[in-house]
Amino acid sequence: MSEKHILSPLPGTFYRKPAPDKPPFKDVGDMVTLGEVVGLVEVMKTFYEVKSELEGKVARILAENEAAVQAGEPLIELE
Amino acid sequence: MTIRKLLIANRGEIAVRINRAARELGIRTVQAYSQADADSLAVRLADEAVEIGPAQAAKSYLNVDALIAAARSSGADAVHPGYGFLAESARFAEAVEQAGLVFVGPRGDTIRMMGDKVAARAAAAAAGVPTVPGSDGRIDSLPDALKLAEEIGYPVMIKAAAGGGGRGIRIAHDRAEFERFFQLAGTEAQTAFGDGGLYVEKVIERARHVEVQVLGDGTDAVHCFERECSLQRRRQKVWEEAPSAALDATKRRDLCQSAVALARSVGYRGAGTLEYLYDDRTGDFYFIEMNTRIQVEHPVTEFVTGIDLVREMLLIAGGQPLRLKQEDIALRGHAIEVRINAEDPAKDFMPFPGRIGELAVPGGPGARFDTMLYAGYQIPPFYDSLLGKLIVWDEDREHAIDRLKRALRELTIGGVKTTVPLHLALADDRDVRANDVHTRWLERWLETNGSRLG
Repeated sequence: MSEKHILSPLPGTFYRKPAPDKPPFKDVGDMVTLGEVVGLVEVMKTFYEVKSELEGKVARILAENEAAVQAGEPLIELE
Repeated sequence: MTIRKLLIANRGEIAVRINRAARELGIRTVQAYSQADADSLAVRLADEAVEIGPAQAAKSYLNVDALIAAARSSGADAVHPGYGFLAESARFAEAVEQAGLVFVGPRGDTIRMMGDKVAARAAAAAAGVPTVPGSDGRIDSLPDALKLAEEIGYPVMIKAAAGGGGRGIRIAHDRAEFERFFQLAGTEAQTAFGDGGLYVEKVIERARHVEVQVLGDGTDAVHCFERECSLQRRRQKVWEEAPSAALDATKRRDLCQSAVALARSVGYRGAGTLEYLYDDRTGDFYFIEMNTRIQVEHPVTEFVTGIDLVREMLLIAGGQPLRLKQEDIALRGHAIEVRINAEDPAKDFMPFPGRIGELAVPGGPGARFDTMLYAGYQIPPFYDSLLGKLIVWDEDREHAIDRLKRALRELTIGGVKTTVPLHLALADDRDVRANDVHTRWLERWLETNGSRLG
């Protein structure tokens, strides 16, 4: 399943937006390029950027904003 | 009134620590926990436990209503906030008291005053405690600020009155920089904190961080001597000791007496810490802020004074006057605490949550390990990376460092990377052993030595 999914690199809390008052990094229909930041994962009070290792168009957002995620959990599905 | 049942409104090693102190006093314990902490050691040790919400701290450990509801439903008559989370929230302290419960700590108005940097500085000045040279409160006009900066001498720090955690600070090295930064800082403070107020302070270079532990009952106060916490990374303390080897007996007496004067003048209740910068070239010390709670590094004070600080907090909160007289509190030997974090020191301290495999805890004379760990425990990724604290005591600093090395080598925490290699390297470092350090020493040391800490 992972060939079309952007996975969380770390366990923690997933954030879709760079800041609470900012728009999400990506919405359904947006294009994602290789290495582009698509979200943040907070682990032990430190923030890490989730960089896409795939290219394509966002089909579905699988993890909600502020959801608890595991390492390797799919966050975004691409078409 | 004596406390009969205590809600512990915190997690991790400090929740375990509070549980122990309460149990020894015959107080029943209720552990508040988030969904991510159902398996925690604190929950296992407590008499009862109440879930207060999801993993995110904002929805659990920072949720005032959920904590008050947990206290009420469990029939607790007091709440201990630990450190971090709501420990220094005046609003929480007041909500606890309005619910008819005892808050184990100072009154809300004391927390509020000492939490405002400008008000805390004014309180210190009124009690005759030296503060870092700078503006008396907020300073709004650039010409006035510039005049003051020239009087103090560069470099000068420009700080947002409403800032915190190192945010809203700029350092100007000359007049041109000062003019530029002053205006920029005002705009930034307004945007970030909704308050453009600034104040100006002298930069103390090569300062040591020395802090005095106090206990107060709302009327009287005593000190339990000082700690030194100069080894810091990103303003987080890494290694703490008591007493400070930088002070002589006269300087120690002056510093500790100034802390007692300030604690008395604000009618301080509970355990608190007054933080100072100490310039060991001039012998000057300056009050910077007060922490109105128990601190992570309190065990080093417990080792050198023999006082159980958390027990004293609970007795004071239960309405007892201070049991200790200043002349009864003596300093004996030397203690060192190191923070054991789930981080990889070789990879820029990247957090390293995981499942604990083998766990072997140091023992023997003068070794104490305050921790939240047990074998098989899955460390949740939602909170800070502190796994435990190794504290050692010996007759003097040199022996204490040797004992620390011995104890660090006995400590085995399987399944995760920890900061143990950092502490072993520090214990062997020539500057650390000679006590020739200051608050910026560690970050410079890490630039050269960090990659070798595998």
